[in-house]
Formats: sequence, structure tokens, C-alpha cells
Amino acid sequence: MTTWPILSVTTFLPVVGALIVYLSRGDDEASRRNSRWIALWTTLITFAVSVILVMRFDPANPDFQFVEKANWLATGITYHMGVDGISLPFVILTTALMPFCIIASWKVTSRVREYMMAFLILETLMVGTFSALDLVLFYLFFEGGLIPMFLIIGVWGGPRRVYASFKFFLYTLLGSVLMLLAIMALYWNGNTTDIPTLMHTAVPRSLQTWAWLAFFASFAVKMPMWPVHTWLPDAHVEAPTAGSVVLAAILLKMGGYGFLRFSLPMFPLASHDFAPLIFTLSAIAIIYTSLVALMQEDMKKLIAYSSVAHMGFVTMGIFAGTMQGVAGGVFQMISHGIVSGALFLCVGIVYDRLHTREIAAYGGLVNRMPLYAMTFMVFTMANVGLPGTSGFVGEFMTLLGTFKVSIPTAFFASFGVILSAAYALWLYRKVVFGALVKPSLMTMKDLTFRECLTLFPMIALTILFGVYPKPVLDMSAASVQQLVNNYNTAVTAVKAAALLQ
Amino acid sequence: MVQAIVFLPLLGAILAGLISLVGAHARNPSGDEVEHHGDHGHGDAHASAAHDHDDHGHDDHGPVEPAAAGSRAAELITTGLLFVAAALSWMTLVDVGFMHHDARIQLLPFIFSGDLQVWWTLRVDTLTAVMLVVVTTVSSLVHLYSIGYMDEDPYRPRFFGYLSLFTFAMLMLVTADNLVQLFFGWEGVGLASYLLIGFWYQKPSANAAAIKAFIVNRVGDFGFALGIFAVFMLAGSTDFETIFHAAPGLTGKTINFLGWHADALTLTCLLLFMGAMGKSAQFLLHTWLPDAMEGPTPVSALIHAATMVTAGVFMVARLSPLFELAPIAQAVVMFFGATTAFFAATIGLVQNDIKRIVAYSTCSQLGYMFVAMGAGAYSVGMFHLFTHAFFKALLFLGSGSVIYAMHHEQDIRNMGGLWRKIPYTYAVMVVGTLALTGFPLTAGYFSKDAIIESAYASHNPFGVYGFLMTVVAAGLTSFYSWRLIFKTFHGEPHDEHHYEAAHEAPLWILIPIGVLAVGSIVAGFPFKELFAGHGVEEFFRESVKMNPHIIEEMHHIPETIAFLPTVMMVLGFLVSYLFYIRRPYIPVRLAAEQPMLYQFLLNKWYFDELYEIIFVRPAKWIGYQLWKKGDGFIIDGLGPDGVSARVLDVTRNVVKIQTGYLYHYAFAMLIGAAGLITWFMFGFGGQ
Repeated sequence: MTTWPILSVTTFLPVVGALIVYLSRGDDEASRRNSRWIALWTTLITFAVSVILVMRFDPANPDFQFVEKANWLATGITYHMGVDGISLPFVILTTALMPFCIIASWKVTSRVREYMMAFLILETLMVGTFSALDLVLFYLFFEGGLIPMFLIIGVWGGPRRVYASFKFFLYTLLGSVLMLLAIMALYWNGNTTDIPTLMHTAVPRSLQTWAWLAFFASFAVKMPMWPVHTWLPDAHVEAPTAGSVVLAAILLKMGGYGFLRFSLPMFPLASHDFAPLIFTLSAIAIIYTSLVALMQEDMKKLIAYSSVAHMGFVTMGIFAGTMQGVAGGVFQMISHGIVSGALFLCVGIVYDRLHTREIAAYGGLVNRMPLYAMTFMVFTMANVGLPGTSGFVGEFMTLLGTFKVSIPTAFFASFGVILSAAYALWLYRKVVFGALVKPSLMTMKDLTFRECLTLFPMIALTILFGVYPKPVLDMSAASVQQLVNNYNTAVTAVKAAALLQ
Repeated sequence: MVQAIVFLPLLGAILAGLISLVGAHARNPSGDEVEHHGDHGHGDAHASAAHDHDDHGHDDHGPVEPAAAGSRAAELITTGLLFVAAALSWMTLVDVGFMHHDARIQLLPFIFSGDLQVWWTLRVDTLTAVMLVVVTTVSSLVHLYSIGYMDEDPYRPRFFGYLSLFTFAMLMLVTADNLVQLFFGWEGVGLASYLLIGFWYQKPSANAAAIKAFIVNRVGDFGFALGIFAVFMLAGSTDFETIFHAAPGLTGKTINFLGWHADALTLTCLLLFMGAMGKSAQFLLHTWLPDAMEGPTPVSALIHAATMVTAGVFMVARLSPLFELAPIAQAVVMFFGATTAFFAATIGLVQNDIKRIVAYSTCSQLGYMFVAMGAGAYSVGMFHLFTHAFFKALLFLGSGSVIYAMHHEQDIRNMGGLWRKIPYTYAVMVVGTLALTGFPLTAGYFSKDAIIESAYASHNPFGVYGFLMTVVAAGLTSFYSWRLIFKTFHGEPHDEHHYEAAHEAPLWILIPIGVLAVGSIVAGFPFKELFAGHGVEEFFRESVKMNPHIIEEMHHIPETIAFLPTVMMVLGFLVSYLFYIRRPYIPVRLAAEQPMLYQFLLNKWYFDELYEIIFVRPAKWIGYQLWKKGDGFIIDGLGPDGVSARVLDVTRNVVKIQTGYLYHYAFAMLIGAAGLITWFMFGFGGQ
């Protein structure tokens, strides 16, 4: 179909950029500026290439497109890439957000070259994760992404960065070991690690259960789901601004993507069996973390906890197994990618000025920073899930999809609607509203052009997708429909068989 | 035409918003460096000015700063566009109500996913047309009024932007053709309300009130959202037409809701009504409305009296085909409406803040509307909504005029004798009061009496309760309304300083209240037949599904019953006259003799305190415990921290084992070798 390996180009362009940054040696101001510009252009070109992906993508076709296949390791393990309606939105999200991350990091002064290289490599690994169609390849990208993230937190992070990265590491380690075992088991079962093939291979029920649990361990940590979420607030707090953005906007989505790509299509029966567990954990996550968010004293921690709550909607929707639930889950992830990314940028802006994230240190910023106040308000409202912002569509669809399957889950999850308003508005009031009395804030200045450049496009997207979510929904509709159909067929077949006995 | 009505305010909001942002940005420079030199003198002065401002807890204007450039442009653009929209709305009402040109205009696909298909649609039928008229008329008058009222405020463009944004959201709400768009408008007006209550963001009390309004409304929306999900599950759509077609087939179905096998329609209607209770400040979810008076007075008139708070009433009327099939839900609606009508009126008796009295009165009148909804007399409820919009907006704007004259004094104990100083305001306030209390031939007389009659005639289990409560509340309403008039305009001035300086407001303010005063008189009689008489069928047609007999039965109730509200009105007036003109010492003595009752009413039945104890504090406590104990102690303790601690323990012990003595190692080797041999002999050898 395509004449050139467009997907591989999208994936590996950032590494080429990283190489160029590496080759341009020197540590003076000029070379720093060079590496910034190289990184920016690389991400922009990558984004441009991914836009070609979107233009050539056929949304009516539920199968994988832009497929590339080459022999790689052994029989059955190939270099296999491709995207469908579920993965393409995440690829675009990644490539679209990276330029903003680079612009937001313009003021980083220590080890700029390494910083930019880390981000570029991270981009390759993230895009690769979403477009890999071979389990081993996926595993490499998926786990490889941790390394640059570690470095970003560990090198450019805050004072407690060692603790944060260690916590992050411990959690993910457990999950990835189990996932590797499950991948091996799948290989022995089907003699291949090719994902499309595995999706059509019936997996014995007992193996389904174990493999599901193993994958779950990995994805639940990534998501993160309650109770394995405690690494996230610490990681966010310690990460530099752009690191937080990538972490919240893209890395968290790998868990949800994993559920959609592996758990639901490959282990439908186990997914159905474990759905109550997921529902319970999601509902707990939503209420629990919202309550915890209510009491936070650190801006980033508050937003991190709210991320956990929002991811609860995603897991709930995905495992509802209904069209609206799954499509809503995908949409919620994209929307959360934009909104939480932007919220972390907002925190970063005041952090750059005052070097504290403590909520109590702020107050009355609106008097000095009207543009900032307006921007922050839009994203606060999107975080609250106000209709007209993208946050609403995802929340609404996941809840709607879940209500049909499990009323108690939807009921308890809906409490998130109240609590999210409480913590988000409270944060906004403490930081932005009120009289400007703190002497340290008297000389705060409003958004610069560079900061507007990172935030205003996100405002536009948040409102556009809130009013007209069709582009995203249409892109994923066919693939989601197929996924839901296959899932329901498998579940009904087993139920019918059980009835016959 | 409808598109113009709905989107002109949005255009105004965007333009005013841009003017406001440009102006604000011009005053506050960009920069990501914090300067640490100079500028401190100015900063401190600013701080102390802001501080003084906080202490002054009245309806106050912002700090005195020069207005942003383009303020006048923003005012005129938004106001002009609103007047165009209002003119078009009246034309639409004629077109739809009498010519029967209903319209449905699909604009844009909204959410499409599987069988969930939601469009952005503008739907206009009579019910909508009535709301269009109410919203745009009051909104345009309030815009005009605000030009005068806000003339000292430097942030006028922002204010007008918010007002227009609110109007847009409200218009989206009333033109919705499906539940999702209704919800969009619903939350949109909530946002605008939040922004406007907190307009003076330097006042902590205004911020608190804004957040409270948003969150309490969200509690209602929690139910509303669940109601939408239930409707979608039952009917497979959120479009009104589809739902209403499916509704008759849903009777008798049950939903297992948390173990309760509820009748599907009853449950759905109750959930949806929960949303209405939040938005319309009904009993239990009413606490936000009085606090919302922290916002500027025009806001109170527009949002918290005439339009937004009636959205709940509108929603029930819009969904009347569902409610008509769920008699239990109707009973609940009647119960809450009647309770609110009475309860809010009792609190209104003793309040001293002029705006709060009117706010509780609003709360009470909304209760009346819900009584009509519960009786199945939807058009009658809409009638009261229609008339109430005029006289309540008038009372608020009139209060604003008083406050303006008194230099931001809101306590009626500090007023008195003002009729000599501001006779025009006095006259329109009296007109508003007459309409509110139901003086014969004013607007309120027709609509309010019709509601009381409908409650009497209904076959609702709470019909008698609704009737009694509304009759009693009619007396209370009359009492507190005249109390307000007497204490404000009659008697001796209590604050000489303010009294002497009092003066009539500029024309910007006087014209709108004059128009509303006319409306308060003429909005009743000409519309009586259309809303509460034999013209209902012809006028409303399919847009509401009335209880088929209610209008007929209302006309056959005993004469004595029909006179009762008027008697109560006169009684309330007489008592009030006695208390505040003839024998002013009586209320003081009463309050002293009945301290318990007085305090109970003055403190609004202690609802705020109660909610603080049972919801707010536990939520905070639980949140804190979950954070420190749940996350910190249990999850981290057993998880990463615990693991690392165990690893350290093991290492430490392993280090202890490494003693350095050869015989220790030799012994360990021996034991190990013995163990291995045993394992091989018995383990593998056994197979």
C-alpha cells in the first residue's frame, strides 16, 4: 500500500535526531542551543510524518494498516509493525505532545544534550510500543521506555528523586518479570509471538487466567490502578516538568493500551471472569484517590492523584466490554493525555518562577497572571469533566458503557464527578483566586510567548474534542467495534456451552 | 433565526472575553523571571488595599483601577447582541406558539459511538419558546442594568463576557433535543454561575460561595448523570423523541439498583429529579443559593432568580412524558416542592440581608413550581416560571438599586425611610412585591393561585400536603416581602450618613427595572388562558404531556379554596404592617421570647452546620487517613518500602552469617552437602 516504511520512519526518526544531538559535541551555550533546536525540529518532523499516517489511514478498516514485516530473531519472532484504530490515536498523541515537551524544556540548563537525547529516545520507544505487532518487540519497547524515564527523573529530578525512581523501579520490575513469563508461555502455546496471529489463536482457559494475571500485573502498575499507584505521585513530584508531562500523558496510557491490545482480545474469557475485580479496583481508585487528592499540599501530587482517578474510568470502561465503554476508554486516555499534560505544564510555569510546588505558597495569581488564570481554568474544568471539554466525553462514555454492565460500578464511579469538582476547584481557588498578599508573588509575571506556544494549542484541542470528538471516535470506531464483537462472541460462546452442559 | 438567538450571545461572550484578556494582558506583562528588586512599595500598598477590601464584606466593587480599554465596546456589543436575540425570541414565540412552526435543526454530530448517537441540535417547540423569551428578555435587561451597576468596576469586559456566556449556555439548555446537550447546557450554566459568583475573586467569601454552588450542583448532577445512563439503558437513545416513544413500553420494568428492584421509570425519574433539585435549590440541596448572593446583584437577578435556577423546573416539564408515567416520582416531586416552598419561606421571615431575603423567596417560589410539576400541571408550573422571572428579577434589580443608593449597604436594619429619597425604586419594588405576594390582577396572582389550585385538584398522595404548605407559604411570603418593604423604605432612617447620601440610580438602571415592573403586571392576565386555561392544549401541544384532567379539575374547585391564597396574602400584609409600622417592638419581643425558634430560623435550620459535620469534615478526615495511613502506611509499607526494608534485613543477617571463621563455613558446607544428598536420594530416587 505504502511505498516507504512510514511507520518505522515515524518510530526511528527521533533516534536519528538523538544521534545528531550526540554528534554535535561541546558544552557551550551555542551547542546547547543547537541541541534544543535539533530536538525540536526532530519532533516536529516526526509529527509531520505521523500526520501523513493519519491522512493515509483508512478508518473504515478495522485491521492493522501500514504493516511492515521482516525476519528478525527466530522463527515466529519477527520485526512486525502496524497500527489500527486503537493504536494510531496514541501514536499521534505521542508525536504531537513531544514538541511541546521540548519547548517546555527550553530553560533546562544542565546537561542539555543528554536531556534532549533522553527525550528523543523515549519518543522512539513510546511510538514503538504503540506500533509493535510482535510480543518480543513490544516488550523491548515497553520496558525500554523505562530507562530514559528513570534517567529523566534520576538526573534532572527534584531532591527525592532517588527514592522516587527506586519506587518506580520496584513496582515495574515485578510486573515486567511476570509479563515476560506470560509472553514465553504464549510463545510455547502458539509457537509465535506475532500479535495478530495470537489474537486469532484460541488460548486454553487455564492459560488465559494465568497469562491474564501476569499481563495485568504489568499493566496495572503502569496504569496505575489502585493499590499499586503509590509510585506515581512520587515520580511526578520529582520529575522535571516535561518528564511529568510525558509520564502522565503517554506512559500511563501504555497500561490501558496493553489491556486493549492483549487482555481483551487474547484472553476474553479471563477478562470476563476478572471484570468484577477490575470494576472494584476502578471504583475504589476513583473514590479513594479523589479523597486523597482533596488533602494534598503539593500541586503536582494533587494532579497525580487525580490522574489515578481518571485512569480508573479508563479501566472500568475497557472491561465493561461495551462499545461506549471501550471507545470511551480510548477517548478518555487521549483526552487525559492532553489535559493532564497541560496541567503539569501549568504547574511547571509557576514552579519555574517560584521554585516551589506547595499550594500554600501561592494565592491570588490571577491579579498578576490573567492569561495563566484563563488557561489554568480551562484545564481545571476539563479535569473536572465539564461538558464542552474533552474530559467530559471520555468520562461520560465510560460511565454510560459501564452502567449497562454493572450499575453499582457506575454508581460508585459517579462519585468521582462530585469529588473531582471538589479537589480541582479547591486547588484553583488556593493558587489562582484570592487577594495577592504574599510578597514573594508580587513580581510574578504572566505567560511568555514560549509558554503560550505550549498551552494555547492544547486549549484549542481540549475544546475542539469536547465539542466535536468525532475525529478521535471515528478513527478508533471500526477497530473498537471489532474488538468488542470478538470479545462478546467469545464470552457468549462459553456461556452457551456452559448452558448446554 | 434560532441559531441567531443561541449563538449571538456566544459571539458576544467571545468578543468580550477577548477584550478582557487583551486588556488584562496589557496591564500585566509577560516574563518568566521573578524580579526581586524594587516595586515593593507598590506591592505592599496593593496588598493592604486588597486586605481592606476583604474586611468589607458587602456587595462591593473591585479595587479602583482604571477600566480596561474597550470596556464600553464590550458592554455595548454584548448588550446589543442580547437585545437582538430577545427580539428574535419574541418573534419565535409567536411563530411557534400560535403559528405552530416547531423546528428542529441539526447542527453538528456530537458523540457517535455504536448505538449512542448524539447530535448538537436546536429544538424549538412552545416549551422552548417560552424559555427563550424568558431567558433573552431578562438577560438583555440585566445586561443593560449592569452597564450602570458595574460602572466602577475595572473588570467589566470580563463580567459581560461571563453574562453572555451564561446566556449562551442557558439557551443551549432550553433548545436541547437530547439529554446530553441538556446536560451540556446544565453544566455550562453551572460554570457561568461559578465564575460570576466568584467574580470578585479577591473576596474569600465569594470564592467559597462559588465553589459551594458548583459542588452542591454536582451532587445533583451525580443523580442527573445516572438518570441519563438509565434512560440510555432502557430506551437505547438520549433523544427526547425516541425516549418518549419508548416510555409507555417501559412501565412495569424493573432495574436492580444496588439490590433494590426498583420500577425502572420511577428510578429514572427520581435520579433525573435529583439533578433538578440541585440546580433549582430544592430542600436538602438548597444551601448554595443563599450563599450565591455573594455575586454581583445583576447576577443574582439573572442567574439565581429568573433563569438558571428554573432549569430544574424546565427539565421536569421537558421530561413530562416520563414523569407522567411514574406517579411515585411525581409524589416525590410534589413533596420536595411543597417542603421547599414552606421551609425557605420560614427562613426568609427573619433574614436581614436584603438579597438573602429575596434569595430565600426565590427558593420558596421554585418550590411552588415543583408542586405544579408534581400535580401534572406542567404548563401551570411554566406559567409561574414565566411570571416569576419578571417580578423576581425586578425585586433583585430593585434591591440592587437600593444597594447602589446606599453605597453597598445590604442590611435592612441599617435602612429605613428610603421612599423619600428613591421614590422610583420604591414604586417598582412595591409592584414587584405585589406581584410576588399575588395581589389580584398582578402576574403572580394568576400563576401562584393556579398552582395552589392544581395542588388541591391533583390526585397526588402529597396533594393535600402540597396544598397546605403552599397556602401557608403564601402567607409567609406576604409577610416577609412586606417586611422588606417596610424596613427598607418606611420608618425612620437608621443610618443617617448613608440615608443623606442616598440618591436615585442612573438611567441604565432605572429603565430595565421599569420594563420589568410593567412585565410584572402584564405578564399574567393575557397569558392566563394559554398557560392555565383552555388554551393549554392548543398552545403547548406536544411539548409537554399534561395530566389530562388537571386543568378541568382546577376549574371546579370550591370557591372558598380559590380565595384562600388571597386571604393569606392579606393576612401576611396585615401582620407585617402591624409588626413593622404600627408596633415595631412586637418582633423584637417575639425574638427575645422565642430565642430557640428565632435562632433556628436565623441559622437557616442549621443545614450548613449539619452538612459540615456529616459530609465535609468526614470527607477531609477520610482523605487524610487514606493518604497517610492507606497510601503511606499500608500500601507503601507492605509494598516498596516494606520490600526494601526486608531486603535490608536479609542483607544484614547475611552479613552476620559471614563471620570469617573457617569452621563456620565448613559447617555450613557440610550441612548443605548433606541436604543435597538427602534431596537426591529421596526426591529423585523415589520416582
